[in-house]
Amino acid sequence: MSHTIDVAYVAELARLELSPDEKRTFQQQLETIVRYVEKIGELDLTGIEPTLHGQSLVNVFREDVVVPSLDRERFLANAPERNGSEFKLPKIVEDA
Amino acid sequence: MSKYLITIGLETHVQLKTNTKMFCGCGIAVLDREPNTNVCPVCLGYPGALPVMNREAVKLTVMSGLMLGCEINHVSTFDRKNYFYPDMSKDYQITQQAKPLCQGGGVTIQTPAGPKRVRINHIHLEEDAAKINHYARFSGVDFNRCGTPLMEIVSEPDLSSPDEAMAYLLALKQILVYAGVSDCNLEEGNLRCDVNISVRPEGQAQLGTRAEIKNMNTFKGIYAALEYEIARQLATVARGGVIVQETRRWEPDLGETQSMRSKENAHDYRYLPEPDLVPVALAPEQVAAWRAALPEMPAARRERMMAEYGIPEYDAGVLADARENADFFEAAARLCGQGKTVSNWFMTEIMRLLSETGKTITECPLTPAALAELVVLVDTRVINGPTAKELLPELFREGGMPDALVRARGLGQVSDTSALEGFVEQALAANAKSVEDFRAGKKAAAGFLVGQVMKLSKGKADPQLVGKLVAEKLAGLA
Repeated sequence: MSHTIDVAYVAELARLELSPDEKRTFQQQLETIVRYVEKIGELDLTGIEPTLHGQSLVNVFREDVVVPSLDRERFLANAPERNGSEFKLPKIVEDA
Repeated sequence: MSKYLITIGLETHVQLKTNTKMFCGCGIAVLDREPNTNVCPVCLGYPGALPVMNREAVKLTVMSGLMLGCEINHVSTFDRKNYFYPDMSKDYQITQQAKPLCQGGGVTIQTPAGPKRVRINHIHLEEDAAKINHYARFSGVDFNRCGTPLMEIVSEPDLSSPDEAMAYLLALKQILVYAGVSDCNLEEGNLRCDVNISVRPEGQAQLGTRAEIKNMNTFKGIYAALEYEIARQLATVARGGVIVQETRRWEPDLGETQSMRSKENAHDYRYLPEPDLVPVALAPEQVAAWRAALPEMPAARRERMMAEYGIPEYDAGVLADARENADFFEAAARLCGQGKTVSNWFMTEIMRLLSETGKTITECPLTPAALAELVVLVDTRVINGPTAKELLPELFREGGMPDALVRARGLGQVSDTSALEGFVEQALAANAKSVEDFRAGKKAAAGFLVGQVMKLSKGKADPQLVGKLVAEKLAGLA
């Protein structure tokens, strides 16, 4: 049985820690779901434009006009730790 | 050692000249802005906050594409680039992967071997990330920059030396500043570059494995990083080593590139269509209208100015270099009809004043009309060259029109022969030694005597007329 999704890999990318049991369960469940979606591949879609968006709207823009920003105290109040008016983080070792 | 070919491609991130961010109405923060003052739920990535596209950012990107000869995709979409890093609090960057706004195009650069076309792969629009400040024991995040519109111009790997990379960046910068889409101010971080470099033996068709150097914001740094990285790769290959595909960081203080600790799979960004943004559909009439509003390209302007005003290639090149200088020159040249003279004034006196004051021509009160009038006053011999030269700095600093100044101060040149003859007599009598020298065959002495007459006239004499009178007088004495 070919794998349509690699749950262990996806979990790693999403920073999810899964137990071996969970990995097996999700592998099975997600494969069923992906297979279901793949049914569309059985249809002859020649000449049919792929749908770009669930809505048929295009060109939803705003004008380039400044509106007041949020008072920083309101969201800095959510910061677990602050360095003055910055969000404080553990020291970051830059990675790619 | 066999000969190696060098291949360089550039990804250039350009901050667009908008008032607001890409997807929210927060203003664009200048560098010294207090941290976290230009932010809102959208650019902070709060759940449920919805992005709405900045119309101006789309327009400026399309205009850039048109300037660079790109094809404009009539339907364009946005995607999410997923990664975990605290500079992007929603854990994805909104960018364009599948259908960017512009594709193709290129920039022509000058190389020692002649002009060379550097192709552009595509131009897409995205949002900038937050600024992370690193301290000794912790890091701090400032979201002011997060969400700023960035246009990324991706070149094909058509460059083959650091010099060519510089020529490409300078040409790109000039075109973008001309088009008014970005200030391209490097100190402000308006233009940042990622470079891809590889080497391969001559004769090998397939490109070598590339290394990427990320996020450089000075031309000097980019040049030095390219030189270092090319040498590093050539040395690695020479001792039989293998180049690994990796991301490297330029360390300006050490003068070297360093491998960045790279987690496996970190580059799998799992792009997916951004469901919160609907496609951009550009009507051909809209694109045509933007195309019609484009400024002339610098190279085309150089050619046209040479033909239209009869100025040398060198002058045209210098003047066309900055759009505001070329605009000023052309306005003045059209007013007085003397392109070459206007160019001489601009290239010498005005350029000097600009560099002394550190201003641009649009920031100083001197107008094209004033310069044109000054040229006419000299041409019609109302004032002489030295007087004009004295007036220019004043016009440059304080504005006003030269004709009014000349009248108010009685600076008009003295062209009355009888008035000047008195000065000539006086000069010759006071400088008998020079007269002797002239008679003894030292022709340069005549120039000195002309200078003395000019001095006696307080600089207002018509130098040509003085020259003639002095020559006549000396001939009469001989």
